[in-house]
Amino acid sequence: MTSDFQIVLPEVIIAVCAMATLMFGVTTGKDKTASLLVWMTSGLFVLMAVWIGAGGDGARSAFGGMFIDDPFARFAKVTILLSAAAVLAMGRDYMQRRDLLRFEYPVLVALAVVGMMLMVSAGDLMTLYMGLELQSLALYVIAALRRDSVKSTEAGLKYFMLGALSSGMLLYGASLVYGFAGTTLFSGILSTLSGEVPLGLLFGLVFVLSGLAFKISAAPFHMWTPDVYEGAPTPVTAFLATAPKVAAMALFGRVVHDAFGAIPGDWGQVVAALAVASMFLGAVAAIGQRDIKRLMAYSSISHMGFALMGLASGTAGGVQAMLIYMAIYVTMNIGTFAFILSMEKDGRPVTSIDSLNMYSRREPLRALALLVLMFSLAGVPPTVGFFGKLYVLKAAVEGGMAWLAVLGVVASVIGAFYYLRIVFYMYFGKDGDRLDGPMPAVQWVLLVGSAAVMLIGIVNLFGIEATAAVAAQTLVR
Amino acid sequence: MENLLSIITFLPLVAAAILALFLRGDDGAARRNAKWLALLATSATFLISLFLLTGFDPADTGFQFVEEYDWILGLKYKMGVDGISVLFVLLTTFLMPVTIAACWDVEVRVKDYMIAFLVLETLMLGVFCALDLVLFYLFFEAGLIPMFLIIGIWGGKERIYAAFKFFLYTFLGSVLMLVAMIAMYLDAGTTDITQLLRHSFASETLNIAGFQILGGLQTLLFVAFFASFAVKMPMWPVHTWLPDAHVQAPTAGSVVLAAILLKMGGYGFLRFSLPMFPVASDMLAPLVFWLSAIAIVYTSLVALAQNDMKKLIAYSSVAHMGYVTMGIFAANQQGVEGAIFQMLSHGFISGALFLCVGVIYDRLHTREIDAYGGLVNRMPAYALVFMFFTMANVGLPGTSGFIGEFLTLAGIFQVNTWVAAVATSGVILSAAYALWLYRRVVFGDLIKESLRSITDMTAREKAIFAPLIAMTLLLGIYPSLVTDITGPSVASLVSGYQAALPATAATQIALQ
Repeated sequence: MTSDFQIVLPEVIIAVCAMATLMFGVTTGKDKTASLLVWMTSGLFVLMAVWIGAGGDGARSAFGGMFIDDPFARFAKVTILLSAAAVLAMGRDYMQRRDLLRFEYPVLVALAVVGMMLMVSAGDLMTLYMGLELQSLALYVIAALRRDSVKSTEAGLKYFMLGALSSGMLLYGASLVYGFAGTTLFSGILSTLSGEVPLGLLFGLVFVLSGLAFKISAAPFHMWTPDVYEGAPTPVTAFLATAPKVAAMALFGRVVHDAFGAIPGDWGQVVAALAVASMFLGAVAAIGQRDIKRLMAYSSISHMGFALMGLASGTAGGVQAMLIYMAIYVTMNIGTFAFILSMEKDGRPVTSIDSLNMYSRREPLRALALLVLMFSLAGVPPTVGFFGKLYVLKAAVEGGMAWLAVLGVVASVIGAFYYLRIVFYMYFGKDGDRLDGPMPAVQWVLLVGSAAVMLIGIVNLFGIEATAAVAAQTLVR
Repeated sequence: MENLLSIITFLPLVAAAILALFLRGDDGAARRNAKWLALLATSATFLISLFLLTGFDPADTGFQFVEEYDWILGLKYKMGVDGISVLFVLLTTFLMPVTIAACWDVEVRVKDYMIAFLVLETLMLGVFCALDLVLFYLFFEAGLIPMFLIIGIWGGKERIYAAFKFFLYTFLGSVLMLVAMIAMYLDAGTTDITQLLRHSFASETLNIAGFQILGGLQTLLFVAFFASFAVKMPMWPVHTWLPDAHVQAPTAGSVVLAAILLKMGGYGFLRFSLPMFPVASDMLAPLVFWLSAIAIVYTSLVALAQNDMKKLIAYSSVAHMGYVTMGIFAANQQGVEGAIFQMLSHGFISGALFLCVGVIYDRLHTREIDAYGGLVNRMPAYALVFMFFTMANVGLPGTSGFIGEFLTLAGIFQVNTWVAAVATSGVILSAAYALWLYRRVVFGDLIKESLRSITDMTAREKAIFAPLIAMTLLLGIYPSLVTDITGPSVASLVSGYQAALPATAATQIALQ
């Protein structure tokens, strides 16, 4: 039993710290300490990320296989923790200046992160659901953090309703799977899949996948995304766009491989269909958007489609491609949101993209950084974003899905248009209303840093290729 | 000098980084410094690239100056040149200082402009040197970004439309190539171009969803590559982005676009389509011939109807590229050598023609042909230079234009007489539109009020044209300069191509 606790120690530490933070916040000067708490939580995340990243190799499981700690989970956890730390740090200033910085904010983020870490380590349908709900409940609340704003509360409510619906679907699917497989353990489900697969189990699989597709906002389960992204305070949007996506995508990979790895043909088609729908919907629907947060919502839908393309192939290479794609996606999004956080005029946040008119003339370096990020999001070489696309395309062709790869590149051309439009406003537009907000150092560092990563990374992707390969091999046997 | 190619390729990028990081301010001095640094860097690149010529052994048909390092994803950073690519490298390094000198009068965001051109030079050089599929793609595709910005920021009135059209058109073409590259990697197990050149891709008929695909995998790969290179080239009917891009681009942008960027398409055909997919190339060659012949005749006729000088020259470029594609797919010694020659020669001539337009555009700020007339009275030196390049564009013997057209036509004549006959009519048409343009702009009485005070070329402008005139004449009089270098590599390309064809097809060609 003690060894079981050792395995889940990082999660326990974060959970305990979250509780302690809550107590501290309640008993002391309340929101005055929030700033400090944000920094501490952020630091804790980084610490945990280093610990998990550096600690041990090989796979261990706890609580009778309900919790799995393997290289795959560790890769996802490090990505989640680092991105959560970055988002917390860069949003602090924004929240403080708008009187949104309550001490509950870091607590809720920490709890959401614990949920995500549970999700990626889930070895059982119960753990999966617990992790998912812990994450989701925390996210519902922070989406509605700006309680006096109609849009923010609407976002929170909408997110909650649709999230509850998807949880219901997931639970229904899980119960079907349990009914037909006789167990909720992933390894147990996998061992029952031999010979003829019962229809009920396939039904259950489809429901579970639909529920998960909600969480990664893959089309046709994407409807909540643009509204929630637009309504939530920008730091929360940045958070929604990064860590939870990685967690849900990793969970997706975990479920299809650990529990249903024996029947890749059955879920491969579902995933491929989700991928195509997401890529095209994300690319086409974003064209009409004038609000940069909504635009980023559609962009993330499209990116999820590409990550799913990697999974659809059902190979270790595909999982590796998905992990690398998500790591790159998160880095690009952190940089882009760091910029969006700094967009303001006369002290009010601005999100319409035509406010970027001729931005390059006033802030050449920041504009250049955003230019690099936009081309990277579009997948144009020589940026790292191109390599992300290259990995998933390669995985798709390798898995015998060349048609999927062709559709993927067509979608990426359509998608390039709206990223280019942001560049167009910054560089070719007319002088108009000016953005005049200051940019805090953290945001500046993250914006310029992630842009630099997008360029320098093409030398060797900072070595994540090998790590992701090891992670993928533990999942796909 | 074992890293010579990398040094040549990345020197401009280093200069761009220095400009970006260390040059502050936007006053006159800063602008001057930016221009001088860019000129210095491109000139230095050109001088260093001359070592390529001295060290290059034309008799060796393999790749020379090879560099190889491991990279991510099992890819390699591999550079090298052979008889086909080395001259394109030199063409690029030769033209860049000229281009920089041509934008000396730009006053808007000079530093950014210079950075864009320096980055572009690195990317263009990389395309011609890369010996790894993905590395090639990286350079090929990345070139879109600086060109997009050059057109979009410093272009004319309709620049936004032109920039977007340019980007999306060429992007769509090249991403299909990316999928084909992945398929090639899975088939051959490597992305090393030297090994892919030795690999033979399956050409058995495939059956996909009830469709019989003759030539199998080779045809599919060929089509995907064709989509990219044909757009880049550009071939009729996917040439429509070019006139827009040319008209809206600033003068220096047009020069680079016409003189170097278009050559990437032709280079791609020579490096990939012909040697790697010989069966598909042979099967689809008639299609390419007729597309080229249509391009030559149709775009020449379109050029006749233009009122905008740049548009006219852009259409003439499409026509001249028709000779190139025709010569390449004739797949014999004259045809392929002629195509390379035509590309190099077109690099000098079309670049110079756009510069000619730039000279008068700078003075009158219009490209309307009707706005000019009788320039010879005020600008004798200009009239002479413009005449020289008009003649070279027409293909007057003694200029490089003649050699390229003659060799490609000689090559195609041996393969398909009808196409040769149609294409030859293009020579007459090109004389028609080029001479008519010249007459309307330069000859006649100087009756337009706005032209009364127009001044002749300055010393700087004359200096820009001097090297271009020298090269056009030199290659026209002594073409062996080029063919001695390209000859052995082309011969090995052509013999490898013929050997790879099924026996029947090969004998048919031998009989013709």
